[in-house]
Amino acid sequence: MQAIETVTVGSGGVASITFSSIPDTFTDLFIKLSLRGTSTSIYPRPMLYQFNGSTTGYSARTLVAANALTPASYSLTTMTSNSLTGGRLADGWIAPSNATASTFSNADWYIPNYKSSAAKSHSLDAVAENNSPNPWAAEIVAGLWTGTDPISSILISIADSMSFAEHSTATLYGILAGSDGTTTVT
Amino acid sequence: MANEIPTKIVINCSTGVREVLELTQAEIDEREAMAIQSEADRVADEEAATAKAEAKASGVAKLAELGLTAEEISAITGA
Repeated sequence: MQAIETVTVGSGGVASITFSSIPDTFTDLFIKLSLRGTSTSIYPRPMLYQFNGSTTGYSARTLVAANALTPASYSLTTMTSNSLTGGRLADGWIAPSNATASTFSNADWYIPNYKSSAAKSHSLDAVAENNSPNPWAAEIVAGLWTGTDPISSILISIADSMSFAEHSTATLYGILAGSDGTTTVT
Repeated sequence: MANEIPTKIVINCSTGVREVLELTQAEIDEREAMAIQSEADRVADEEAATAKAEAKASGVAKLAELGLTAEEISAITGA
């Protein structure tokens, strides 16, 4: 697994982060996210994403465990925020600005076979790191994008036309299959 | 910070070039409109959830008035 690029958000926040011209030299992609929003909300907020700038073809199912809810499952499609339309990930896991001070929600996002000419599956394991005043939430998401072009760019943004807060980070990793077909660590 | 122009980050993963781009005025206007709409949607969702909870509580109370036990009401409603 090799780090390709890391973004650390500076003062003032950013509305979106885009990894463009992603190399086609890997087998899978993995993104580590540590995010916080710039506006208040009573709940953790979902993330918007685009593959290759596409506004269509997104679907997902999420399992949510949260202290204010009975564990539940929801279907997800698209959402619009920050003048963008893209897939919705997930029910809500990014800490808003009124979450516990200095807490950043975390997620692992795995995108296997990103160069496939078929639809792309992906999965997200996310948790809202938050104690008060909003409920914590943990989510597991299975997603599908029906696009058949290799993924060469990935954009992420946040609901409610918030920005990602200063010190939020996103790191894109590439994972390479070995000669025996298994993934390797470098 | 309120007067700062919102930005977006674009990283070219092949060249390593990083750009911090200011949103266009059209993007800013749309973003602000979306933020207002999102807040309105949130309030509406909260009001709908409150109304649903109140209706459920009212229904449970009426079932109790009809003589159902708490166990019977729970079996029917899951409450």
